[in-house]
Amino acid sequence: MNSPQISGLEEDEATSITRPVDEALHLNVKNLDFFYGKTQALFGVDLPVERKKITALIGPSGCGKSTLLRTLNRMHELYPGQRAEGEVAFDGQDVLEDLAVADVRSRIGMVFQKPTPFPMSIYDNIAYGVRLHRRTSKAQMNEIVETSLTRAALWNEVKDKLHSSGLSLSGGQQQRLCVARAIAVEPEVLLLDEPASALDPVSTAKLEETLHVLADDITIVIVTHNLQQAARVSTHTGFMYLGRMIEFGPTNELFAAPRLRRTGNYITGRFG
Amino acid sequence: MNRASSPRARRRQAVSKIFSVACLGATMVAVIALALILWTLVTKGAAALSPGLFTQDQPAPGSVGGLRNAIVGSLIMCAIGMVIALVVGILAGTWLAEYGRGTKRASVVRFFNDVLLSAPSILVGLFIYELMVRPFHGFSGYAGAVALAFLATPIVVRTTEDILTLQPDALREAGMALGAGHGHVIRTVLWRAAGAGIVTGGLLGFARISGETAPLLFTSLGSQFVQADPSQPMASLPTTIFQFALSAFPDWQRLAWAGALLIAVAVLVANIAGRLLGNRSHRP
Repeated sequence: MNSPQISGLEEDEATSITRPVDEALHLNVKNLDFFYGKTQALFGVDLPVERKKITALIGPSGCGKSTLLRTLNRMHELYPGQRAEGEVAFDGQDVLEDLAVADVRSRIGMVFQKPTPFPMSIYDNIAYGVRLHRRTSKAQMNEIVETSLTRAALWNEVKDKLHSSGLSLSGGQQQRLCVARAIAVEPEVLLLDEPASALDPVSTAKLEETLHVLADDITIVIVTHNLQQAARVSTHTGFMYLGRMIEFGPTNELFAAPRLRRTGNYITGRFG
Repeated sequence: MNRASSPRARRRQAVSKIFSVACLGATMVAVIALALILWTLVTKGAAALSPGLFTQDQPAPGSVGGLRNAIVGSLIMCAIGMVIALVVGILAGTWLAEYGRGTKRASVVRFFNDVLLSAPSILVGLFIYELMVRPFHGFSGYAGAVALAFLATPIVVRTTEDILTLQPDALREAGMALGAGHGHVIRTVLWRAAGAGIVTGGLLGFARISGETAPLLFTSLGSQFVQADPSQPMASLPTTIFQFALSAFPDWQRLAWAGALLIAVAVLVANIAGRLLGNRSHRP
């Protein structure tokens, strides 16, 4: 670990970024600015994401966590007027400059706040993304579907009804279906935008278990409003406020001994 | 203190009662009027129903006949009209909801679609007369079908746009987050999610055109014989009803009632089917 870089500004302007070693990084966001039209939403944000680890982003509503996450696979490009400036290094290439957008999205998958099963069978939901990127035999596809559902801890619940509608599942199952659909295309990184905010505690626990298993092979970045969730699942946490990365470091350190007063105030519930 | 008996509470209850009664009364007027119309239609129409209605063409006054030519003509023209309306309407509605959303061009298109939605059908008939009948020197089933398509298309455009706009952005994003293009997501995810709603729009469009008379008078004219070639003038139920109901012959008038009943039943079936499909789309 490098030593923290506390800028020489007043406490309210200070930031503290504790970076993992560069070789361990899978994604490395540097000095990212983001604009919704003329409104700037992110100001020089840095985010180092370690390979095959879970990185959590926390902060009050409107602080730019989701905006940052959506920049990582260029979802913002769907909306004219939204623009990102800066660098998102991804295995030596810049996500924003060097890669084709379809390529980015097949390598960096995403799961959303509300479950978004497609109006088709459970099987076809999983096969949807795979069919976009490669041709498979029926047997290969069956295997991909089974593997993906198993890794998302959903196989046992749906193996007998693969051909019924994805919409027939419960909310928690639908969200795990979305995770399975995202990992079926074998992404290197998985982005999750408050994936458990619409789920009950039992479903949330199952989802978190799933994330732990997935982190063996996949780099995960999760945005969450639930601080306990960030503390439970992640190895690194970034605290954002008003479009800036205020503090970033190992999760246990950030929660046990935050370096900045504002981080401490937020995680102890004094604001936000 | 007993609050219910305070003067103010009593006044409120009285006003509430009056309002409820007024609402009920207004509803009763509408329902009774509708019931009377349906009752007249069913009693007069049912009396003229017979198998011959479907197997014989329109008769000369005083002789036996049916409405086969009109039924066939209506079916053919409505079918062609609906195919045009569905293709144009679904594509235009999709453009409005997906590609043009929020643009100035889309609001212009939407405005003109709304104008078309409420355009008097006789104007549409005249327009197609100028466009298709006069230049080719002849009335035809095609001209009638195009006139009907003009009336059904705005309905399909509107419902398609509405139902696609209702689909959550997260659904689009989820498709595109897997690497699919916007067009692919529209065809494989959004149209499927919106399917029942779009079908409902089509059925509403069909209900609208199935009873239209004015645009057909200028375009398909009418024919005494069963005609399967849409390049020729064609009979239709509404124009036949118009002609027969105004005639002085009781047997023609009876056939007009039967034709009116057939249209009413077709519209009813389309509406019920639309409602059932619409309900299904809200259920998971």
